[in-house]
Amino acid sequence: MRRIDTKRVRAEISRLCTTANLKLRPDILSAIKNAYRLEKGRAKNLLGVLIENSRIAAKERLAICQDTGMVEIFLEVGQEVNFVGVGLKESITAGVRDAYAKGRFRKSIVSDPIIRKNTGTNTPPIIYTEIVPRDKVKVSTFIKGFGSENKSQLKMFRPTATIDEIREFILKVAEEAGPEACPPLVLGVGMGGTFAKAALLAKKALLRPIDKRNKSSHIARLEKRLLKDINKLGIGPAGLGGKTTALGVNIETFPTHIAGLPVAVNISCHATRSAASIL
Amino acid sequence: MKRIRLPLTQSAIKKLKVGDEVLLRGALYTARDAAHKRLVEIAKKGKRLPIPLKDETIYYVGPTPAMPGRPIGSCGPTTSSRMDLFTIPLLDRGLSGMIGKGRRSKEVISAIKKHNGVYFVAVGGAAAFLAKKVKKATCVAFCELGPEAIYLLEVEDFPVIVAIDSKGRNIYEKIGTKKGGRKKAR
Repeated sequence: MRRIDTKRVRAEISRLCTTANLKLRPDILSAIKNAYRLEKGRAKNLLGVLIENSRIAAKERLAICQDTGMVEIFLEVGQEVNFVGVGLKESITAGVRDAYAKGRFRKSIVSDPIIRKNTGTNTPPIIYTEIVPRDKVKVSTFIKGFGSENKSQLKMFRPTATIDEIREFILKVAEEAGPEACPPLVLGVGMGGTFAKAALLAKKALLRPIDKRNKSSHIARLEKRLLKDINKLGIGPAGLGGKTTALGVNIETFPTHIAGLPVAVNISCHATRSAASIL
Repeated sequence: MKRIRLPLTQSAIKKLKVGDEVLLRGALYTARDAAHKRLVEIAKKGKRLPIPLKDETIYYVGPTPAMPGRPIGSCGPTTSSRMDLFTIPLLDRGLSGMIGKGRRSKEVISAIKKHNGVYFVAVGGAAAFLAKKVKKATCVAFCELGPEAIYLLEVEDFPVIVAIDSKGRNIYEKIGTKKGGRKKAR
């Protein structure tokens, strides 16, 4: 067994939350810069503002976006790891709390969906744990703003649905996301599994760099085709028109049931924020 | 690029056309979901509102807390359509300008036309960039709501685009609609 003190987890969660809120992911920034070269007029100017925004954020330690999100933590825990010290969940929560207090990030979490009282700490985070082989722990933090989260959708297709029907649905979700989700968008798509699994896959898809295609060639082709089609919608940066409606489309799949084909689309904005490290 | 002083005047609003790029200077109020709900509840009871609305502009934003020595943290626009339900009673009470991101309902567009108002959009997600355009921020109502409180902001060269003008013309009408890019995508 390899022992890991949960104090280390707390410090690492805090560091990753801070990094994700201040520094745009290199794959995202380079996609925005490529789009900047491609666009003209207002669309180009708006992308220029986004590039300038990311520069100011990193330099002055101001959050990239005022919606510093609900924090989602993905843990891949090696089965030979033994956590010691304070409880793992408490340590992760404390790490988020530390980052949001110190970084002066916005506290956007309410304790109850109906009563809606702000918890004041941006906690609790949502924690997903997966047990994997060996003795390492991979920690990924995902900072998700709700302008784009609100535009996400899930549909349970018939198992005989055609690929065209599925493409049409994903295209419709991108179109309905429109200007409110802060385009250029990043789409995370989950296909297969169950209702919950598809949604989780969609979320995980957003953690993958947008310049890396799915390993299955038929899914990689679908990713490329969808990106091309979405960019023909003309929604453009800030939804004010242009060729760049999406920066990337990432799809993850999982085996599913003979009677169904769940498809979830998690919409993310041009500030798709995540950071990861290995303990 | 036009330069406009806040509070807005009726004649300045009339001159603004959909698509105009504008730099704002002067004072405006912030308010988002919870503050809107409260304002409209107070208005419905016939009580006095905690802020004046006549000729004023409301910015839909929930900023991050300010670092020491700064007026405000990151402060980009939030989705305007969530405020649609509460907007008409505020326009009825004299509100002139709104700043946010995204589309508005048909009802809000008609009310903007009726009241000679204007709806601007700021660049969604450009929150650190926009923070540099705010010179002063003072909490003036519902301060216990934190990021959802009403702040009086002093802004300088705050960049916005006219999305709905006083004639009811809407910037989003022709962008990314089914008539436009969608068919080509099929």
